[in-house]
Amino acid sequence: MTRRRGVRPVLFGIAGIMLLGVVWEVYKALGPVKGVVINGLTVLPRTDDQSMPHLLTMVTRLGEPVLAEPGSLPLWQVVATSAGFTLGLAAISWLIGVVVGMLLAVLMQRFRTAESALLPWVILSQTVPIIALAPLVSGVGSQVRFGDAVWQDWMSVVVIASYLAFFPVSIGALRGLEAPERAAVELMHTYAVGWWTTLLRLRLPAAVPYLIPALRLGAASAVIGTVVAEVSIGLEGGVGRMMIEFASGSSGDPGKPWAPIFGAILIGLIAAGIVALLGTALKKYRRGEIAA
Amino acid sequence: MTTPAVTASSVSKSFAVKGGSVSALEGIDLEVAAGEFVSLIGPSGCGKSTLLRLIADLDQPTSGTVTVFGKTARQARIDQNYGIAFQQAGLLAWRTVGQNIELPLELHRVAKPTRRARVAELLDLVGLTDFADRYPEQLSGGMQQRVAIARSLAESPELLLMDEPFGALDEMTRERMQNELVRIKHETGAAVVFVTHSIPEAVFLSDRVVVMSPRPGRIQEVVPVRLGATGERDENLREATNFFSTVRAVREALHGVPVAESAARGVDIR
Ligand SMILES: Nc1ncnc2c1ncn2[C@@H]1O[C@H](COP(=O)(O)OP(=O)(O)OP(=O)(O)O)[C@@H](O)[C@H]1O
Ligand SMILES: [Mg+2]
Repeated sequence: MTRRRGVRPVLFGIAGIMLLGVVWEVYKALGPVKGVVINGLTVLPRTDDQSMPHLLTMVTRLGEPVLAEPGSLPLWQVVATSAGFTLGLAAISWLIGVVVGMLLAVLMQRFRTAESALLPWVILSQTVPIIALAPLVSGVGSQVRFGDAVWQDWMSVVVIASYLAFFPVSIGALRGLEAPERAAVELMHTYAVGWWTTLLRLRLPAAVPYLIPALRLGAASAVIGTVVAEVSIGLEGGVGRMMIEFASGSSGDPGKPWAPIFGAILIGLIAAGIVALLGTALKKYRRGEIAA
Repeated sequence: MTTPAVTASSVSKSFAVKGGSVSALEGIDLEVAAGEFVSLIGPSGCGKSTLLRLIADLDQPTSGTVTVFGKTARQARIDQNYGIAFQQAGLLAWRTVGQNIELPLELHRVAKPTRRARVAELLDLVGLTDFADRYPEQLSGGMQQRVAIARSLAESPELLLMDEPFGALDEMTRERMQNELVRIKHETGAAVVFVTHSIPEAVFLSDRVVVMSPRPGRIQEVVPVRLGATGERDENLREATNFFSTVRAVREALHGVPVAESAARGVDIR
């Protein structure tokens, strides 16, 4: 039973990806070379090899060296290194987002006034576009000094990505912490235990079913935030910057720009996988939860 | 004379609601002796749960005082002088049956070996030894309720507060649970304040039945149940004639039928 449920989504996922591949190749074979343009607006892309390379081109390109020079590393290896870098930043951002989000949720649960004072700001915070945030963060960051340590660009990326990641965590955790029925809370009261024990023994365990999806959303936000922030801050070393570089400097090499995109997808899958593992580890707190 | 388990004197409780306040209880005087089984019965909204919550210190009276074993209700709660069971079992889904029963012991830092032994004892008491490692969702409603009762007994309280604990059960399970409660009560010697909607249930279990009337909640009448000590009651009692006559007495008090002893107060409470 449970094994079935575990395998099925994976099969559907694989089928979905294959379908996407088929659509890609079919459109490339049958679609107009100049794409479909209505009123000057490109509705469907051009189908020439530069705009839409064959899937096989993208894959084989991964195995070839990045540059024509001798001694150049294979493309996949360079992308993997960058993806590892981006994944590291995303993981730090996620952790910070989770800690901040949880703290905010606990604060809002503990103090009614904190909830009414903080919640609107938490929601408003997410309406600020990253594009506006990037120069602000690096500008403020460059003024900050801890002794000899100097503000680094990667720190700006982490700030922006964790700024995006904390939001789903705080909202999900708040809902989770408030999930226990009144009777359960009153039972703890009859046991004459304090707020802290109630939090540890009742509210946190009860929050797990709400926390897992929140952590998953937080992880997705951290990954997207890291990639986008790498671009807007101009941080080298990650897949974000690599996408821009490869896209502009690879005419006649249509497979190459797709490599960092695959890298980004891989990061997303790894992040989702880690949260799924966490969910499995916390399985006993997820009884009665409807399979998501 | 020993200290009574519960004393309520001139207790009133009103709740603030939009545009005023509702009076849930008014002028309640009640004493529950140590080891006594008292049921509260009355139409919906007459303040039974409210009275129980005042005793449990889950709410405070607007006026009057509630004492539990001679202390304030608050102090009695802090001292863990009572165990409580609600209509909904209210078990923690992520804890096994055994762990749920263990919860109050664990929270109060009882040593692990003592805890183990006590849980085994309680599982045996409610007949769930074979289910110790199951999770609540794997149990029937009646079994869950038994777990909740075992949990309320965990710290051997001298007072048990129960708010319609069998309300959600079918008639057969319910009678079995009543028999078990009578037995448990006999074995532990605890005083019990028991809220119910069922007249036969109240009569079968209690030493006294407190009949309440609504708007505002008052004690209409206290019907003594002279059927022998609760510990000696068993299945046969349900067929006895004096059982039925007590059931009738409670019913009459409940409906305010002007019969001999309640003629002076013959108000219709419907
Ligand atoms: N928190 C509250 N706020 C406002 N009114 C309340 C509150 N709790 C109870 N009441 C009111 O107090 C009265 C008594 O309620 P209570 O729950 O004690 O009744 P009850 O006798 O237990 O009823 P039932 O048999 O349906 O459980 C009701 O009129 C109810 O509306
Ligand atoms: Mg009630």
